[in-house]
Amino acid sequence: MTTPNTPLWEVFIRSRNGLAHKHVGSLHAADTTLALQAARDIYTRRGEGLSIWVVPSSAITASDPAEKGMMFEPAESKIYRHPTFYDVPEEVGHM
Amino acid sequence: MVRSERTKRLIDLAVASISVSETPLVLYALRRADDALILGHRLSEWCGHAPMLEEDMALANMGLDLLGQARELYDYAAKVEGKGNNEDKFAYLRDVRQYRNLLLLEQPNGDFARTMVRQFFYAAFADLYWRTMMKSGDATLAAIAAKSEKETAYHVRHCSEWIVRLGDGTAESHARAQTAIDDLWAFTGELFEIDDSERALIDAGIAVDPAALRPPWLKLVSDIASEATLVLPKSGWMQQGGRSGLHSEHLGHLLSELQSMQRTFPGATW
Amino acid sequence: MYTQALNTSEAEDRNIEDAARAAQFQARVDAEERIEPNDWMPSAYRKTLTRQISQHAHSEIVGMLPEGNWITRAPSLRRKAALLAKVQDECGHGLYLYAAAETLGTSREELVDQMLAGKAKYSSIFNYPTLTWADIGVIGWLVDGAAIMNQIPLCRCSYGPYARAMIRVCKEESFHQRQGYEIMVTLSRGSEEQKAMAQDALNRWWWPVLMMFGPPDQASQHSDTSTKWKIKRFSNDELRQKFVDATVPQAQYLGLAIPDPGMKQNATTGHWEYSAIDWDEFKQVLAGNGPCNRDRITARRKAHDEGAWVREAAAAYAEKRKFRQAAQAAE
Repeated sequence: MTTPNTPLWEVFIRSRNGLAHKHVGSLHAADTTLALQAARDIYTRRGEGLSIWVVPSSAITASDPAEKGMMFEPAESKIYRHPTFYDVPEEVGHM
Repeated sequence: MVRSERTKRLIDLAVASISVSETPLVLYALRRADDALILGHRLSEWCGHAPMLEEDMALANMGLDLLGQARELYDYAAKVEGKGNNEDKFAYLRDVRQYRNLLLLEQPNGDFARTMVRQFFYAAFADLYWRTMMKSGDATLAAIAAKSEKETAYHVRHCSEWIVRLGDGTAESHARAQTAIDDLWAFTGELFEIDDSERALIDAGIAVDPAALRPPWLKLVSDIASEATLVLPKSGWMQQGGRSGLHSEHLGHLLSELQSMQRTFPGATW
Repeated sequence: MYTQALNTSEAEDRNIEDAARAAQFQARVDAEERIEPNDWMPSAYRKTLTRQISQHAHSEIVGMLPEGNWITRAPSLRRKAALLAKVQDECGHGLYLYAAAETLGTSREELVDQMLAGKAKYSSIFNYPTLTWADIGVIGWLVDGAAIMNQIPLCRCSYGPYARAMIRVCKEESFHQRQGYEIMVTLSRGSEEQKAMAQDALNRWWWPVLMMFGPPDQASQHSDTSTKWKIKRFSNDELRQKFVDATVPQAQYLGLAIPDPGMKQNATTGHWEYSAIDWDEFKQVLAGNGPCNRDRITARRKAHDEGAWVREAAAAYAEKRKFRQAAQAAE
């Protein structure tokens, strides 16, 4: 019997001082429990993790990079969203 | 015949094994240290040969946890003994009859099912044991227990997940898991045995009476076995002897390999 | 993100390789932009990277075997733990790299099958045997040292997932080389037997390590496009020379002789000029005739075959669980 390919999962870790989950890589596991355990064993051996998310790769929909213009340009032109637009007096220090 | 000083020194160094002053606390620490070392060593044998890469990682992780526990316990035994021994002397220069680990742990890896069942039987006990030992009257043992409990809790979880999958997987995995349980069951009784030297430590609030851990251990093992559609043997004859150095034939071969460098090059620093 | 649905299939790539897209792609690479999995890329870029990344992954996994050979005989508990951790790291590196290779559209299973069938290569160095404990020191010192030299430039490779995997790998790699070198230092300060063991290991591994960097620049067929596409950032000879220059003083510190009586330092450039490498040996090892080629593949095949029932069990259980959960939801 040929084993079906073991499902692929994407792994996201939020570290101790992190604010958001970051994509760190992928792994193969038959189900969610094994996926979570494998993620812990592979991606948090040096104390990197505080929270782990595993998501089946097939569940992820990505934006089409060819459509970068349409999806992202409007925000790029709205410069007041970026912190560098605002002058902060030097005396106030880093913000 | 005149022997040079250097030759004589080498011969002294080459006198095989060390002797150990096995006072109750030293013996107690050595038993747990040997458990951790032997089991850790067995797990390390899987490195590069596991059924999938993710499991190579997990087995190595558990092996490293156990090696860490062994080293701390040997360190403590050496300190308590106060005769100049150390972790390497204990590990590399005691012969089979001086080793004090449970018989269960020196059993060969066999297939993946056998390794998981062996690990599960032990970890299910060790988790309860370390949790109770966190309240030991001995500060060092209590501290070792606190660290070890976290590690062991994960071992229990990992192995029980696999036992469920093997038992409730395919006909082949079920058969292998059942065989492993049937073959290893007779070694589980020793987990709960004590002798007089341990009795003294229990009375002093330093050691925990493992007999008290048998009911929760059996409950956990039964629950997992049941979820895995596996059957536990009716409690039959239990093997013993590891705690007093009466081992199976497997340990001699294991130690031959483990100790080979230090036995071949007496007195060398590595 | 890495969903294959958004990646164009190989057939489409071959048809639609229009000049405009290729030029745009090259411009991005020239501007040091990262290429990501769903970006358009020439099919040759995809193919080359898949080959390179997967071979890199295979090397990490096969590389577990020569060092794994000494875990059960490590001569102290500290060495035992360090070696087990190192080999585990290598497994992890293999996993990061397979994950990166998979983003290019080939599954890990397919890539591994290629290796087990002898169709894909792994680094030649792992076809040599670890005969003594000193070999473990030399591998950490020289083999990992050579790997680091190769991997640091790859952290800036044009393909995002590969570059990121390399950053992760490099962070973990420095412990490996230090561990190996420390073993060498200990041996060099030990008994006459230990010193001889160290020298013997260096004698056996030196030339195979130099071969790790690949054939001399004029002989290598893959280099030109790899350089253009910023997959390969330095030439074989450049890296090899850099490695030799870094390593000679390290050997001198250990009191060990590099097994190259003809090697001499160039008074002007300062480079250590090494003697001619026996590329016939390299060719033989690549062709499968190294001391351990058969053993390595046999070991990996055995692990794969004997693990099949475990993987099947996990898959079967996952199916059963899905079925039960669906049945419960339907109630």
